[in-house]
Amino acid sequence: MSNEATLHSHQEVHGSLEHDQHGNGHDGHEHHGTFISKYVFSMDHKMIAKQFLITGIVWAIIGAFFSVLFRLQLGFPDTSFPWLSSILGHWAENGHIKPEAYYALVTMHGTILVFFVLTAGLSGTFSNFLIPLQVGARDMASPFMNMLSYWFFFIASLVMMASLFVQTGPASGGWTAYPPLSALGDASIGSKIGMDLWITSMALFVVSQLLGGLNYISTILNMRTKGMSMTKMPLTIWAFFFTAVLGVLSFPVLLSGFILLLFDRHAGTSFYLSDIFVAGKALSNEGGSAILYQHLFWFLGHPEVYIIVLPAMGIVSEVLAINSRKPIFGYLAMIGSLFAICILAFLVWAHHMFVTGLNPFLGAFFVLLTLLIAVPSAIKVFNWLTTIWRGNINFTPGALFSIGFVSTFISGGLTGIWLGNSSIDIHLHDTYFVIAHFHIVMGVSAFFGMFAGIYHWFPKMYGRFLNNTLGYIHFWITLCGAYLIFWPMHYEGLAGMPRRYYDYSTWESFKQFAGLNHFISIVVIMVFATQLLFVFNFFYSIFKGRKLTIANPWKATTLEWTTPIHAGHGNWPGEVPEVHRWPYDYSKDGVDFIPQTVPIGPNESEH
Amino acid sequence: MYAMSAQRNKIHPHKYSLWIAMGSITMMFIGFTSAYIVKRAQANWRVFELPKIFWLSTVVILLSSVTIQLAVHQFKQRQMIRYRQLITLTAFLGVVFAALQLYGFSDMAAHGLKLDGAVSVSFIYVIVAMHILHVLGGVVALLVMFFRAFRKNVKVYSPVGIEVAATYWHFVDALWIYLLIFLSVAR
Repeated sequence: MSNEATLHSHQEVHGSLEHDQHGNGHDGHEHHGTFISKYVFSMDHKMIAKQFLITGIVWAIIGAFFSVLFRLQLGFPDTSFPWLSSILGHWAENGHIKPEAYYALVTMHGTILVFFVLTAGLSGTFSNFLIPLQVGARDMASPFMNMLSYWFFFIASLVMMASLFVQTGPASGGWTAYPPLSALGDASIGSKIGMDLWITSMALFVVSQLLGGLNYISTILNMRTKGMSMTKMPLTIWAFFFTAVLGVLSFPVLLSGFILLLFDRHAGTSFYLSDIFVAGKALSNEGGSAILYQHLFWFLGHPEVYIIVLPAMGIVSEVLAINSRKPIFGYLAMIGSLFAICILAFLVWAHHMFVTGLNPFLGAFFVLLTLLIAVPSAIKVFNWLTTIWRGNINFTPGALFSIGFVSTFISGGLTGIWLGNSSIDIHLHDTYFVIAHFHIVMGVSAFFGMFAGIYHWFPKMYGRFLNNTLGYIHFWITLCGAYLIFWPMHYEGLAGMPRRYYDYSTWESFKQFAGLNHFISIVVIMVFATQLLFVFNFFYSIFKGRKLTIANPWKATTLEWTTPIHAGHGNWPGEVPEVHRWPYDYSKDGVDFIPQTVPIGPNESEH
Repeated sequence: MYAMSAQRNKIHPHKYSLWIAMGSITMMFIGFTSAYIVKRAQANWRVFELPKIFWLSTVVILLSSVTIQLAVHQFKQRQMIRYRQLITLTAFLGVVFAALQLYGFSDMAAHGLKLDGAVSVSFIYVIVAMHILHVLGGVVALLVMFFRAFRKNVKVYSPVGIEVAATYWHFVDALWIYLLIFLSVAR
């Protein structure tokens, strides 16, 4: 089936759309659909990408605001904030967040940021937006499934949002939802209906990810335009490809873990439960193993961190090459390291479980495999640095965020080598050191990659630029703020300060960090305010930003910039362009850039 | 007219997606069966006999794989009456399979092997029930094909739809064989 036929196949599903004959669509490919079919139930991958992005932004604001709330508790344990009582009601009496509310906030912060923002918001947005545009396809392999993917995400969002408002509150047993806290309704207030809604929402989310992932893989492997061999694809596409492979293979395992959890909650089974007393009463559950859940969870959980960071890596590779006007250094090594990370991602899950009583002999293998990830990661870092080395760098906000990504990826990645050692992990497990490590290497880095992508492709999305000045302010405050927030946490963690506690001020060993916690919380508020500035910039620029006047503002080689400024459904008004070269011909033979669509000249040098 | 040359591949994107989806479903059942293996290695593992009826249901689902393959053949020969009969028969066999599996559950329950009993028993219920859901998904797909075959105004000549359905059907069949062997051997 051709691209063309795929694009039109949805009309069989959506009878309301007029069925124009294939022969007469000579200029433009606008489906003059209704508002509903254009903006709501759209099957255009570009619109679906924007839907993912804006839903992700809404979730990011909520998730980040939750972190502000619990940082208030951590930074100012003795101060009363009466306005908290106004917004949280009985969850914050006398202006103090209750412990139950604190745990719910921490749990939802993790769930929202990891899954709803950095998985759906990041890879959902850019895989959807860039895959068809950069491989030269008119749309995804199945636009209908692609639409379903977004709407499953939307329903998952609604369910998760609803869980915030139930009487007993949302899930509060941590974003990992370990049993028995997640398996027994009587275990805590957050283990009741909030937990059920959490599992339901996550199951819907998994379905959304699978539908999306299927499409991304089959589009990349099947729908490339003429001449676009796999090794002529931009690194963004390679990164999205491996991300989708990881998701398609690991999310189902999480789903099976959740299914067993649901049975434990509601059908009286004992997959994860054994010998438990609740409120002095012995439960009849016998023979289960809580560790079993951890295995199933982390079999997804670890690939999940690469699902988050690989798209950011792809975006950064692309943005750095374009803005330093140099070819990416070590294109094949970049692909090879992505592949190596993808394989290793499946073989390291037990490093999250070193202190569960895991056999130390088995642990040794997981240490080795974990430390091996440093090799492809280092290759990537080296290649990014050599790409910008002596480049003619345009310091656009996108380029700055990409450089920021490399910085945080290095400093967060190095602490991963500490944590990957099972013996050091005995001391550092569940401390603020872990918090600092994964927030820098996965949270901040992935956000920087996402920001780089948004600043860079915003003109393609909306035909306008984001405001540069606000972009620079956004970058510098976020970069400095991120280090000021998470750097001190390394010291707290090394001192043994455990994560997930409500109040450290009554704890003799960690009283000394009161000032530091105070400081971190103040920076958190400033950084949060800066993100709101970005959100303002985003929505303001959609309507009032500086207009794009040329199709290729960054002088890039890739196919998405060969489409019209406002590309309709189908992307190219005429034929899909043919590709003749790799996407990184910058500053070659004295020419600033050569688009992929230009045939190789007779006297051209090898790249 | 847009160039059709853009598509040089031989395999249809929907078929391709199906193969990836089957990989994904396989991973889910690998998740279940590895959980089973991990749990089996721990204390308090209860061994019991699988219901005999599972062998009969195996024959039924194998038979249904034959009928759907014949349906694909008849579709390509444009023998639409035979085709409709065969996909109806296949869907019916799918429902019979599900019913037999459920009968197996009641048989287990009658022997005191309850869902909320020993973990090994709970596993059988959950794994087999998840497989039934996937078979019923195939039945729904066949019903869609069935009603499509009766449409007056739109004629379908592409065999892709039925081929996708058939591949999925063989897949749930093979999945059941794997599960049956696994559950019989790793007890």
